[in-house]
This record gives sequence, C-alpha cells and structure tokens, in this order.
Amino acid sequence: MVELVVFVLMGLGTLAGGVTVVVAANPVRCAMGMLASLVSLAVIYVVNLAHLVAAVQVVVYAGAVLTLFLFVIMFIGVDRAEDTSETIPMQRKLVAGLALVVAIGAAVLVWRGRFSWTPAAPESAPVPNGTVQALGGELFTTWVLGVEVTALLLTIAAVGAIALAFHRRSGKAAAEK
Amino acid sequence: MLEVTPGWYMTLAAVLFVLGMTGVLIRRNALVMFMCVELMLNAVNLTFVAAGRAAGVLDGQVAVFFVLVVAAAEVVVGLAIIVAIFRRRETASVDELAALRG
Repeated sequence: MVELVVFVLMGLGTLAGGVTVVVAANPVRCAMGMLASLVSLAVIYVVNLAHLVAAVQVVVYAGAVLTLFLFVIMFIGVDRAEDTSETIPMQRKLVAGLALVVAIGAAVLVWRGRFSWTPAAPESAPVPNGTVQALGGELFTTWVLGVEVTALLLTIAAVGAIALAFHRRSGKAAAEK
Repeated sequence: MLEVTPGWYMTLAAVLFVLGMTGVLIRRNALVMFMCVELMLNAVNLTFVAAGRAAGVLDGQVAVFFVLVVAAAEVVVGLAIIVAIFRRRETASVDELAALRG
C-alpha cells in the first residue's frame, strides 16, 4: 500500500518534472523540473530498497550535476529566449509520431513480452537490500575492474574539461582579435 | 490491494525516456537538450533498479553506479564544450551551429 502511494505520487512528480524540462522556455525552469524529477526518482529508489543509489542520486545528480548545469545557464545567460518556430517542416508532428511509436513499442514489450520478471518473478525471492555495505562489497570484489576503469574515465574527463577551459585561441584566430 | 509490479516501473521509465527523447528532438538550446539526455539516462537507471529488485540481485544497482559515473563524466566534458563554443560563437542554439553543414 505504501509502495503504491509512493509510486503514484513520485511517478507523477517525475513525469511533471520531465514535462517541465521539455516544455519550459526558460532554462532555469528546465533545471528546476529536472531537480523535481531526480528527487522523485530518488524516493522511488528508496522504496525499491536501493538506499545507497538514492543517496548518490541526490548528492551527485541533484547536487553536483544540477549545480553545474545552473552555473553554466547563468554563465551563458538566462534571458535569451529560445526560438520556438519550426525550421524543419513537420518537425513537431514527426517527433510526436516517433514518440508514440516508441511508447507503444515499450508498452507492448513490458506488458506482452515474456520476460522472467513479468509473470514468473519468484514471489519469495528476497529483495536485495542496497546498503552501503552490500553494494560496496559487490563493487570492490566482483566489479573492481569496472570501478578502476570508471576512475580512469573520471580522471580523463576532469583533465579534458580543464584543458577545454584553459584553451587559448592560437595563431591566426588570436591575431585577428 | 493493488500491487506495484516491475511492469509499472518499466512503464514509468518508458514514459520518462520518451519525454527525454522528445526534448532532444524538438529543443534548440544545447543545455536543455543535455538535460533531456540526462532524463533518458535516469529512465534507464530506473529500469535497472526495478529489474534488479525483481530478479533478487544487486547487479542492477551496481549498473546504476556505472551509469551515474559515466553520466557525470559526460556532463563535465559536455558542459565544457558548450561553454567553449559559447565563448567563441556567442550562442548555445544548435540551429546556429551549422559550421559543418556541407
């Protein structure tokens, strides 16, 4: 019962946030919509006993990533109105049609596809409890290679971002200025 | 009493994914397109958590971790590129960034 209430409320929150991201004209409103979506998803994760994932979702996504987004929005300028006219003919209609096709396909897969989790999901299977201990043990034993590789990836990303930030126009472009 | 089956979570994730996809296809602001990509990543994370729970294993949550890390790296580099483009071209609209058009 609790799960149903949380699913309905937080599902609506997630979707409302998502719609805001897609339709809001002001990028700051889009960011706020994304915040609502991310926090609602974190609550859904808690109901699914993914505690550490929920905490990381709030700290990393709602905290770090969204702050970075807001920072760049402020840097680039919030007052620039987006041009909403259609330059590609039929763009909206084509996109709506494609979205409908994807949604129907997903619905058919979910409700008609024969996955092991739809009809025959073991009723008595223990729900995995995603505590820090359980998830940490899994990450640093079975998936330790993946952890190392993602650490390398993060390092590369940080170095790349710094390189992009300090990039100076060289040669001709600088001389023209 | 109505029970929330994994299918419900999958449906929610599918709707969220379609929302993100729509946003990427119709928005012009590179930043907003980026946010919509994040929405799609979050939809996939939700399927990982729901499927992992239904299967009774922790692997789904482990996968979410890796997706999170890759998403963070992607945001760092992507926003740096957007800022670099903005400093040079004074725009973040993908319509005006057609320098590679043949």
